[in-house]
Amino acid sequence: MAKMTMVKAITAALDEELSRDPKVLVFGEDVGKNGGVFRATDKLQEKHGKDQVFDTPLAESGIIGLSNGLALQGFRPVPELQFFGFVFEAFDEIAGQLARERFRMGGSRKMPVTIRSAFGGGVNTPELHSDSFEGLVAQVPGLRVVCPSGPYDAKGLLISSIRSDDPIVFLEHMKAYRSFKEEVPDDAYTVPLDKAGIKREGKDVTIITYGYMVRLALQAADELAKEGIDAEVLDLRTLAPLDEDTILASVKKTGRVVLVQEAQKQAGVSANVAALIAEKGILSLGAPVARVASPDTPYPFAQAEKAWLPNKQDIINQVKETVQF
Amino acid sequence: MKQLDFEQLKRTPTDQPLQVLNQDGQVVDQDLLPDLSDDQLVDLFKQMVWSRIVNDRTTKLKRQGRLGFFAPTSGEEASQMGSNYAMNKDDFLLAGYRDVPELVKHGLPLWQAFLWSKGHVAGNIYPQELQAVPPQIIIGAQYVQTAGVALGIKKNGQPNVAYTYTGDGGTSQGDFYEGMNFAGAYHAPALFIVQNNLYAISVPRKKQTAAKTLAQKAMAAGIPGIQVDGMDALAVYEVTRQAREWIVAGNGPVMIETLTYRYGPHTLSGDDPHRYRTKEEENQWHANDPLVRMRKFLEGKGLWNQQLEDEYTAQVNQEVDEAMKQVESQPAQRVSEFLQNEYVQTPPAIQKQIDDYQQREAK
Repeated sequence: MAKMTMVKAITAALDEELSRDPKVLVFGEDVGKNGGVFRATDKLQEKHGKDQVFDTPLAESGIIGLSNGLALQGFRPVPELQFFGFVFEAFDEIAGQLARERFRMGGSRKMPVTIRSAFGGGVNTPELHSDSFEGLVAQVPGLRVVCPSGPYDAKGLLISSIRSDDPIVFLEHMKAYRSFKEEVPDDAYTVPLDKAGIKREGKDVTIITYGYMVRLALQAADELAKEGIDAEVLDLRTLAPLDEDTILASVKKTGRVVLVQEAQKQAGVSANVAALIAEKGILSLGAPVARVASPDTPYPFAQAEKAWLPNKQDIINQVKETVQF
Repeated sequence: MKQLDFEQLKRTPTDQPLQVLNQDGQVVDQDLLPDLSDDQLVDLFKQMVWSRIVNDRTTKLKRQGRLGFFAPTSGEEASQMGSNYAMNKDDFLLAGYRDVPELVKHGLPLWQAFLWSKGHVAGNIYPQELQAVPPQIIIGAQYVQTAGVALGIKKNGQPNVAYTYTGDGGTSQGDFYEGMNFAGAYHAPALFIVQNNLYAISVPRKKQTAAKTLAQKAMAAGIPGIQVDGMDALAVYEVTRQAREWIVAGNGPVMIETLTYRYGPHTLSGDDPHRYRTKEEENQWHANDPLVRMRKFLEGKGLWNQQLEDEYTAQVNQEVDEAMKQVESQPAQRVSEFLQNEYVQTPPAIQKQIDDYQQREAK
């Protein structure tokens, strides 16, 4: 057990899986000798060799095409897309190919690919680095979209993802990489896929969120508690397909829901959660489902992030409004 | 025997198509004549005849509504069967949508190929030993995937090759370049075949690029590029065979451009080639027919005659009839099975849909 950042927890997960299974391959732009632009693959090439951890040419479609071909040869590829804003270059290989291959071959092949990629705001990146494009891949049947909110989940979810025989898009929030630490076990452990996590139990309202917004929601819940509002914080962890049971159970318990995402209101996955609640949980509701999200513009210029991104106060304000409805 | 100099071809791709047989079936390049036995020569020709008959039958069956999507292949028999004949069963084939004949000769049962045409999942359930994936619809995607399969073959230490096909239009795609460039950077055992039939639907090859040949595009990836007469099965075979040998020896990928022509439309889904091609041009290419050329060559050697062709034609027609019986006895597809095939470990939200559809299907 040691306190570590999320990026260290990710490195530890990759290290474990590279050791456990020689078919696990880690590759992407600058992931080898350089150890990744965020050091997520630091020293992994040194330890596991260039056959298992290697750099690629600078071409995202080529990287995921390489993964798909390697999977067809019995490997367990863990490719990296340097920033998820570059996903468009690889979109056919992800959505048009990887996600469909097992289905189109009638289950006669499997595609155990885990695509790791950094995203998320609050760190003043240049254009198309921080965008929350998880909603795009969440709409693709055949994929799982996984997004850890902190170090403990990151290690366990990444190990589960790599061991899964299905394709996974694993999104790592840049602000969560180093901004806080958690206790993380030294050995390999798994956090289940398809399972949301209750990060704080409460009875008055459910805040449903994911990624770095989980941390803000927890901070908001602490402040709300001082005002007598007991918020439950539900971390989706797997954004698609959704863990319907955990979501509906929490809604049934609290009767009030605030959905929080960093993505623009028209993007992300909150609308899916809202639709699920409308379909299967509406009789539990004492107030309309509310959403906290970014405005519907392209991701902002770095200097405007603070004004644009949802923050703790936005969550507090919305929760109060929903509770007082 | 002429050995192609692949190192030289990296620096200077061929800018004239290599040829063994002329239009009259005479050997014009004795040095490039492949070392095939009489039986093998007949076998290769039979594959070409097979492909032409299957093309013609498929066209009719499609028009009768008994088959679905089909991209005609007549005219391309030398390019398709000649190259495929040089490959090994354990090589991995990533076919484009027009490359169904190669897939079948690589081991996919004909009835499954027909089911692919009709849009039935049973056409795409491949046994593990079949080293192939179903025909690729997204032009260029097979090229980047080929780089990955080839790298996998290399990592597994197998003496095999990943090989793939695209058309002339496909060479304009980004994935075309990325695939060759990745395979080149990793010295992966990949063979990239461009079947230049002069048109991408209605757009002539000259509108794709100002490059004089498509073979020269290999230079951008630092790999050998070879242009070959794609109506000449022996030239295509021999060039492919030598390329495969060079690749298996660990030298990295090769790209081959075959100069060919499709007699039919782009697909049978409404394309009319007379909107963009002249009768004169078509006639000129018919005079260049790959079957005629090979037939004359074999007849000259006393290896083929009309009686043999008639017997073989009857045999292929019967094979098509048998395949259609299997096609038409397939059970209807079930949505619950689609859902079950989607994931290895089915997520609970998908399991609910499986249960729901199974209930509906039981009614």
